[in-house]
Amino acid sequence: MIRNYDELLSYGDLYKKSLDKQKKKVLVCAGTGCLAGGSLAIYEKIKELVKESGLLVDVDLDKEEEGVGVKKSGCHGFCEAGPLVRIEPYNYLYLHVRLEDCEEIVCRTLKEGKPIERLMYHSNDRIYKTQEEIPFYKKQTRLVLHNCGHIDAENIQEYIGNGGYKAAALALNMTPQEICNLITDSGLRGRGGGGYPAGRKWSQVLAQNNPVKYVVCNGDEGDPGAFMDRSIMEGDPHKVIEGMLISGFATNANKGYIYVRAEYPMAVHRLQLAIEQAKEYGLLGENILGSGFNFNIQIAQGAGAFVCGEGSALTSSIEGERGMPRVKPPRTVEKGLFECPTVLNNVETFANVPIIILKGAEEYKKLGIEKNTGTKVFALTGNVVNTGLIEVPMGTSLGEVIFGIGGGIPNGKKFKAVQIGGPSGGCLIFDENHLNLPLSFDSLEEAGAMIGSGGMVIMDEDTCMVEVARFFMSFTQRESCGKCIPCREGTKRMLDILEEITKGNGTMDDLNLLYEIADTVKNTALCGLGKTAPNPVLSTLQYFYDEYLAHVVDKVCPAKICKELAEITIDPDICKGCSKCAKICPVKAISGKIKEPYHIDKNKCIKCGACIEVCPFKAIKEV
Amino acid sequence: MLDLSFKERVNEIISRHNNDKKKIISIIQDVQKEYHYLPEEVLVYIADTLDISHAKIYGIATFYENFSLEQKGKNIIKICDGTACHVRDSIPIFKAIYKYLNLSDKKNTSDDMLFTVETVSCLGACGLAPVITINDVVYPKMTPEAVVELLQKYKKEAM
Amino acid sequence: MATMIIDGKKVNFSDQKNILSLIRDCNIDLPTFCYHSELSIYGACRMCSVETSDGRIIASCSEVPKEGMEIYTNSPRIRKYRKMILELLLANHDRDCTACERTGKCQLQKLARRYGINQIRFNQLIEEQEIDSSSPSILRNPNKCIKCGDCVMVCEEIQGVGALGFSHRGTEVQIKPAFNKKLSETNCVNCGQCRIVCPTAAITIKNETQKVWDAIYDKNTRVIAQIAPAVRVALGEEFGMKPGEVTIGKIASILRKIGVDEVYDTALTADLTVIEESNEFLDRFSKNQNLPLFTSCCPAWVKFVENKYPELIKNVSTCKSPQQMFGTVAREFFNKKDKEDGKKTFILSIMPCTAKKAEAARPEFNHDGVREVDLVLTTQELAIMIKEVGVNFHTIGEESLDMPFGIASGAGIIFGTTGGVTEAVLRKLLKDKFNKEDSEIIFNNVRGLEAVKEASIEIDGKTIRIAVVHGLKDADSLIRQIKDGERYYDMIEVMACKGGCIAGGGQPVPRIITKETRALRASGLYNIDKINQIKNSDDNYIVKSIYEKILKGNNHILHVK
Ligand SMILES: Cc1cc2nc3c(=O)[nH]c(=O)nc-3n(C[C@H](O)[C@H](O)[C@H](O)COP(=O)(O)O)c2cc1C
Ligand code: SF4
Ligand code: SF4
Ligand code: SF4
Ligand code: SF4
Ligand code: SF4
Ligand code: SF4
Ligand code: SF4
Ligand code: SF4
Ligand code: FES
Ligand code: FES
Ligand code: FES
Repeated sequence: MIRNYDELLSYGDLYKKSLDKQKKKVLVCAGTGCLAGGSLAIYEKIKELVKESGLLVDVDLDKEEEGVGVKKSGCHGFCEAGPLVRIEPYNYLYLHVRLEDCEEIVCRTLKEGKPIERLMYHSNDRIYKTQEEIPFYKKQTRLVLHNCGHIDAENIQEYIGNGGYKAAALALNMTPQEICNLITDSGLRGRGGGGYPAGRKWSQVLAQNNPVKYVVCNGDEGDPGAFMDRSIMEGDPHKVIEGMLISGFATNANKGYIYVRAEYPMAVHRLQLAIEQAKEYGLLGENILGSGFNFNIQIAQGAGAFVCGEGSALTSSIEGERGMPRVKPPRTVEKGLFECPTVLNNVETFANVPIIILKGAEEYKKLGIEKNTGTKVFALTGNVVNTGLIEVPMGTSLGEVIFGIGGGIPNGKKFKAVQIGGPSGGCLIFDENHLNLPLSFDSLEEAGAMIGSGGMVIMDEDTCMVEVARFFMSFTQRESCGKCIPCREGTKRMLDILEEITKGNGTMDDLNLLYEIADTVKNTALCGLGKTAPNPVLSTLQYFYDEYLAHVVDKVCPAKICKELAEITIDPDICKGCSKCAKICPVKAISGKIKEPYHIDKNKCIKCGACIEVCPFKAIKEV
Repeated sequence: MLDLSFKERVNEIISRHNNDKKKIISIIQDVQKEYHYLPEEVLVYIADTLDISHAKIYGIATFYENFSLEQKGKNIIKICDGTACHVRDSIPIFKAIYKYLNLSDKKNTSDDMLFTVETVSCLGACGLAPVITINDVVYPKMTPEAVVELLQKYKKEAM
Repeated sequence: MATMIIDGKKVNFSDQKNILSLIRDCNIDLPTFCYHSELSIYGACRMCSVETSDGRIIASCSEVPKEGMEIYTNSPRIRKYRKMILELLLANHDRDCTACERTGKCQLQKLARRYGINQIRFNQLIEEQEIDSSSPSILRNPNKCIKCGDCVMVCEEIQGVGALGFSHRGTEVQIKPAFNKKLSETNCVNCGQCRIVCPTAAITIKNETQKVWDAIYDKNTRVIAQIAPAVRVALGEEFGMKPGEVTIGKIASILRKIGVDEVYDTALTADLTVIEESNEFLDRFSKNQNLPLFTSCCPAWVKFVENKYPELIKNVSTCKSPQQMFGTVAREFFNKKDKEDGKKTFILSIMPCTAKKAEAARPEFNHDGVREVDLVLTTQELAIMIKEVGVNFHTIGEESLDMPFGIASGAGIIFGTTGGVTEAVLRKLLKDKFNKEDSEIIFNNVRGLEAVKEASIEIDGKTIRIAVVHGLKDADSLIRQIKDGERYYDMIEVMACKGGCIAGGGQPVPRIITKETRALRASGLYNIDKINQIKNSDDNYIVKSIYEKILKGNNHILHVK
């Protein structure tokens, strides 16, 4: 139980000292990605081996012990190369670690301090020994993700030892208004998509007179292709809790909820653990750090509905209703959860709060660009060499992210587009303009996309943009709550039209109709889901109109993705004239003479693909 | 059909959530964990106990993707067709599973009740795309061949 | 007082809760599907969207007027969007207007015409869904549903029943009972309020007019009709008259024209009810037994108690409702005659109420295969029949009702509105006990549209506390308060419909039903009462003769066991 600020500091010192005493640390990534790669077994194995050698230290930092600490860390962001193992103090990062490597890691690295080069990142014959040297990390500024991968995510002592809860302790000695002002001055904008100034939101809640208020952390993260919030919740849960605690004090709220989507069991587990630890240490509960302030946090689990990421749908869901957005006003800051004033912020937004308190607004503002301060975490995925989680200052250029950090496009393919902001975002074309585009709320919106929660999907030349639009539309259509007419009916119709276009049945009238519906839905839908659902369509129509024309007028898919626009043909040079294909064709589209090349009548062919499979000589292809 | 003893178990779940009708979603989640689906009589029982209308509980149970009013297979396969997985070819995996388990648009549980297949939009392991999960265990970087092997393994284990 | 600008004109406003009502106050008929002033704001149809001067599109039903705000209700963009929304809706709609019950009175059809939707550019993708005709009162046709949610809100928020709900999500959203049940298998109380708010033909009254024609055309059948009080102050609306205009004389002549043999007044048996119920009350009050006494004339309420508070059934009056009392008395009266004439008597009710259809079909009102009331027709169905025969409603003359069941007291007439039953009973109880003015004050307490009204009277040194409630949700919370010991009453009048039967589920549907509609219809009844010579139920000499000549001491047949 930590009773006040001074005690917190002394505990912090104690833990820090014990941590420093641990001569060597092995951080085995236990993020979802690496767990899937078997990192838990690796952790156990290494621990066992270290134990055998008598060097293992307990996680309990109350005791100062020398030796090797073996820990489960959160996600390093480089999941593609997982399972990852980091060894301190050398800062070696081992990639693709297998169970068989553990022995060597313990013997060579831990005992002898020698690197194992074959497990290290290499590119163009260069071996990158330390994690910090790797281009993927070197060009990042890891502020929010600072602890992720570097501390034991299940141990509050490590968090405190690394300066955790100091911000909360400082904040509890300020007035609520001072905190709101500080957050406002820092320029922190909501990381959940809208970019609304967090300080302003807090001030509005503070100004409400209701005796009951809530702080809600939005960990729904439904955007496909995004896993920033997951990594933060799994890798540094206390930072989120600390941010919420500060927010609660700043707005006179005594109860917090973290809404986590059902697909994140590990995040729920770690948060739950962290909440319990925080309670045990007196950092949640009654009279926190002797301030007289009470704050408790509860986890609410989603049940599988993307729309529940929308603020009012989320609160409805916590209240035990169908997660349908409601009309605003009243706004969440006035009548949110259980009809009470509510601060609703994103996971990453809350994670920024302790940083701001510690750094001060001025220092924080130095990161990023005007009106878009601080850093932003992106999930870099798709056709890019280094996929993973990255954090860069706001305003970093798109090109730097894709080519600098992401390492460009794999397999020698050409870059075609990047889709930012999930299904509500837009597709940006690759040209000079966009490569230099600074990543910020305002610049992206101007370009017809949005930062959204930070999903960034890179697409190479083999991507069909009409298909991409269809794909996103099928997502929004499936996830629409069905409440308002424009979104419920409009997304279905847009999807229907896009499907017809990818099947080669589109007309020029369809393109106009598509535009008309998109315009209506964007402007009249009730909530953000509907309002942004047309973005992928509108942006691809804007930047890739040629591709639409190709599908509609020439009936070809330039990227050869849309199967129904492909043609099935027999290569006469390969065909041996065995007649197998003709026999299997359900519509008798294939004809020919035995031992001479066969031929497909493309007017009859229904592209079922049966002939391709049956040809013993692989003479039949889709082109 | 359930025997009447379900009431005891359900009462326990409801009281775990303080008989609070606002906790209805958590209650349903726990029931689903217990039975792997939501039997109608259980939902009706919960509604009556908490004094909410049947229509309301039905509305909630049909709104959320994770709830199922139909009995599911023993193993739940989730195929991710989120953006990251989609661009890294999740569809062929989807097709391979469907073909292997003999499933269709209308049918997503295999005849032997061993597997139920659901498509989801992102499992949050995008860095490892394409991804599937079986009973919440993540299987990264799938290929159509690998997935069939995996299913064979599960099938064998069940026998 | 503040000002905003609507379509270029300055408009003052004070406390309008949304821009929509302000716009409507300016005589602009802004289209809506999902807004009813008495329900919560759902904001789903987006038809009420308007454009602001800075080019934003906002839904006027959910936006509060602000000083200096400037909006356009009919800008080119707004027009375009509204048309698209309608086109999208219609694309998924069973657009068979010619064969639709609601045609000509359907909000969707009207708006489609108003905005000139001449072409639907989408393919019909809908799969036909089964029509639910299981309910004795209403018909649900999901193929015509636009998912505006109005019925769900009325059923949940006003009636506290929740028989209908949203299910599934996205394009799959459906409005239906839980677990795909049929309406008759749910706790629906048949009040028909969902049908009142439904903008399309997705919920309609179960049309039974053909059965009336069959009876009329049958030479061996004597068709007699009883007309409930509330019918006469609403039917005219179907023919362009104002709510509250009394049309009982026209109804009599039209029914005769249609072929009904004798036309009577349910208000007469309401008088009977008053007497029976007062006696029952005094009896229980003196014995302090099963109090509070709940009224029993509203079948939707009775069903609600049966569903939700079975333990309170004993508190509900055993009196049959006026409709069933009429059936009972008329059967007694015509039985002998039928035998003499070799005819059957077909007892037809014309009611403002869909629940009465269900009431008449209850087993306890069926004696050896003969129902006390053969068929219940709602006001709305009567209008359909009138239109069918082509009677000119405006020019047709007025006739009086038949005897012996054609005379009622004012007390019987006001049964049709909330507080009416109570006032009628009070008139009887207070007769000779109070002077006129004191009584008027007490009566005033139970009139009007407040959710819960109260009165208390002293009789023989004892205080009798009475409550009047309408709308089942309000009744439900009243019961809870009683159970929690927060309130105490000796007698409670409950009407399922807000405002009472004047706003019953079988009444004509104005564009939107508001408090004003209800108040006007109610005042129609009070006007009849005002000019009625007989004010008190037991001053009605017909009532006396019924007791003497027909019941002959068998008063128990006016009660359920
Ligand atoms: C359909 C939809 C989905 C959303 N999903 C999320 C989400 O998963 N996580 C999130 O933080 N915000 C999401 N948002 C944004 C929230 O509504 C809200 O703006 C945000 O949580 C506020 O926090 P912030 O100000 O810190 O960004 C979503 C919005 C919409 C319309
Ligand atoms: S825009 Fe879509 S998700 Fe949002 S309320 Fe309307 S239907 Fe629901
Ligand atoms: S794809 Fe199918 S239809 Fe076309 S030629 Fe081959 S077998 Fe025949
Ligand atoms: S199966 Fe192959 S080789 Fe045989 S006829 Fe057909 S294309 Fe030629
Ligand atoms: S409900 Fe209305 S629009 Fe639909 S068919 Fe009937 S009249 Fe036509
Ligand atoms: S309105 Fe048009 S569609 Fe309807 S009956 Fe007349 S002509 Fe036919
Ligand atoms: S008739 Fe009344 S109880 Fe039945 S569904 Fe309609 S509103 Fe609900
Ligand atoms: S049934 Fe009628 S009121 Fe109910 S949602 Fe459908 S259209 Fe609206
Ligand atoms: S209040 Fe009147 S109209 Fe309404 S259900 Fe009751 S009896 Fe019928
Ligand atoms: S899970 Fe290990 S690096 Fe992301
Ligand atoms: S897109 Fe498949 S895991 Fe995220
Ligand atoms: S009336 Fe405003 S959205 Fe329906």
